[in-house]
Amino acid sequence: MARLLDVNNLKTHFFTEEGVVRAVDGVTWHVDEGETLALVGESGCGKSVTAMSILRLIPSPPGRIVDGEIIFEGQNLLEASDEEMRAIRGNRISMVFQEPMTSLNPVLTIGQQIRESIILHLGLNDSEATTRSIELLELVGIPDAAGRINDYPHQFSGGMRQRVMIAMALSCNPKLLIADEPTTALDVTIQAQVMEIMGNLSKDLGTAVLIITHNLGVVARYADRVNVMYAGRIIESSTAENVFHNPQHGYTVGLMASVPRLDDEEHVRLATIEGQPPLLIDEIHGCAFQPRCPKDESCFCSSEGTPELTEISPGHWVADCPCCMSRDTVPA
Amino acid sequence: MVTAESNPNDTLVSVKDLKMYFPVTEGLLIQRHTADVKAVDGLTFDVAKNETLGLVGESGCGKSTTGRAILQLHRPTAGSVEFDGVELTDLKGSELRRFRRRMQMIFQDPFSSLNPRMTVSQIIGEPMAIHGLYKGQERRERIEFIMNAVGLNPLFAKRYPHEFSGGQRQRIGIARALAVEPDFIVCDEPVSALDVSIQAQVVNLLEDLQTEFGLTYLFIAHDLSVVKHISDRIAVMYLGHIVELSEANELYNNPIHAYTKALLSAVPIPDPVVEKTRERIILEGDVPSPLNPPAGCVFRTRCTRQGTTGCTCSDTTPELTEVSPGHWVANCECCMSD
Repeated sequence: MARLLDVNNLKTHFFTEEGVVRAVDGVTWHVDEGETLALVGESGCGKSVTAMSILRLIPSPPGRIVDGEIIFEGQNLLEASDEEMRAIRGNRISMVFQEPMTSLNPVLTIGQQIRESIILHLGLNDSEATTRSIELLELVGIPDAAGRINDYPHQFSGGMRQRVMIAMALSCNPKLLIADEPTTALDVTIQAQVMEIMGNLSKDLGTAVLIITHNLGVVARYADRVNVMYAGRIIESSTAENVFHNPQHGYTVGLMASVPRLDDEEHVRLATIEGQPPLLIDEIHGCAFQPRCPKDESCFCSSEGTPELTEISPGHWVADCPCCMSRDTVPA
Repeated sequence: MVTAESNPNDTLVSVKDLKMYFPVTEGLLIQRHTADVKAVDGLTFDVAKNETLGLVGESGCGKSTTGRAILQLHRPTAGSVEFDGVELTDLKGSELRRFRRRMQMIFQDPFSSLNPRMTVSQIIGEPMAIHGLYKGQERRERIEFIMNAVGLNPLFAKRYPHEFSGGQRQRIGIARALAVEPDFIVCDEPVSALDVSIQAQVVNLLEDLQTEFGLTYLFIAHDLSVVKHISDRIAVMYLGHIVELSEANELYNNPIHAYTKALLSAVPIPDPVVEKTRERIILEGDVPSPLNPPAGCVFRTRCTRQGTTGCTCSDTTPELTEVSPGHWVANCECCMSD
């Protein structure tokens, strides 16, 4: 498959009064055309900041992309002008946000909001845009789409609002759809509705999806490949099968073992990762996972340089820290 | 009735036909009672000693209201709540307070449920002061003991909540509930606000404490995987009603009600190989408003089988019926058919 997006050594830092927060600290990854990539990790590990950096939506100040490059269809987005970025946002790269209650404008009708990007990016006239909006709403399963196009967001339920967001995001046939925790605020059965719609549509349209979530079930169901982030860095990257069934990094192993499964027959005690993720305001030397790694006696990972992502088998990359990669780090 | 064990002496909490309606009023000066939000509408279940009963359902189905109505934090509109053989709905004032010592609650949000201006030792000590337990040195020792039990370093007793992480704050909330040696704890979404690895720490802690102190839990959550992991039995709620109640593994392996099936199939299993072949039942539409719930079977507006069996669920409210020992289902013909 052709390469769609390349992120090289991206560093996004926030310069606050307390000091520099290294939210994203040197991540390298890519998305191929039409694939679904998941970015997983716990709160504060830099997942959302990574996504915001791609669209250059980092609030500045205090945030700044200090290093790296983001190559989208051959163009480095970090060197693009504001005008060029506006032509890309919502058009070739679009985004679905977490909070369906706040990400729609409450004083504009649903129709006005969908039409806006269609008219802007595709150059259709008003009535053509309306027809297209109704098609899109039907596509995401809004009943009586033609009758509801002049309704306001408050007249829709949470799940329907999120479907409207998806309709907007797909309105210009983007090459890449970024979905930042698209279902976290929704109930389980509604979550299933929304994810099925998003998964099926992106497959039909050939859109690549970057899904950001902490829900490992959603990852297992929809992702082709997975990047696991910890403390602003990627510590493991591979196919979904590998990450779930053959995790190599101690953090990934711990993360997988700490989720209860609905299909567990026997009651097994959950594995835990002791301690807390580090505060990103303190500069991290070497391996960020070292303080929580169950096995650290003889390893010098905390005093040496940052562990580099190393390809241990084709397409399976792991942060090269000897103790984190040792198989007996599986927590009891 | 819906009991876990045949021996009624093992029952700690017994809920019968519990109803909790919230009145809706109109008018500024003269408030007219125009409607009721039927948050909980006729629940019957027992919780056995040392058991964990899980309560699952989507937002607004009345899970939390049930927990609060059992603790008499909301006074129920109708029905009975017996705790260790005593009818709680009849108790008032100091009599009720005596029972409150034995029933505690752990809240969802570890940020808003702790007073930011009290230290950890004040937070844990407050319930003891209210109930007049442990004085002076004894209380200090008890606070230290509880902090150790929940995995907090007693050296942090003089610190304030903002100095702790989310997982540690949840431990403070658990310590506060344990302070007065309760028998029964209502855990209202205790891990929903926490990250996965921290969630596992708190779930394990709750299990350890249950063994150590012989606690009984009502575990309320919307995350079915967590509920199934921690619960002995699970009650599935929909729009103020229990639609299915059974032993946890039985519920997963042999769900009978259409809503339970849809709910179980909607939860993705963290395993790409399993998920590849798993069929999903996608429910159409949204949950109806509890202000105006459907008459009869509350699930019928989303049930794909509605009307196909010629059952009368639009007129009569289905009763919970025991289909196999310990497995209770709301007896609606179309919801129960395949």
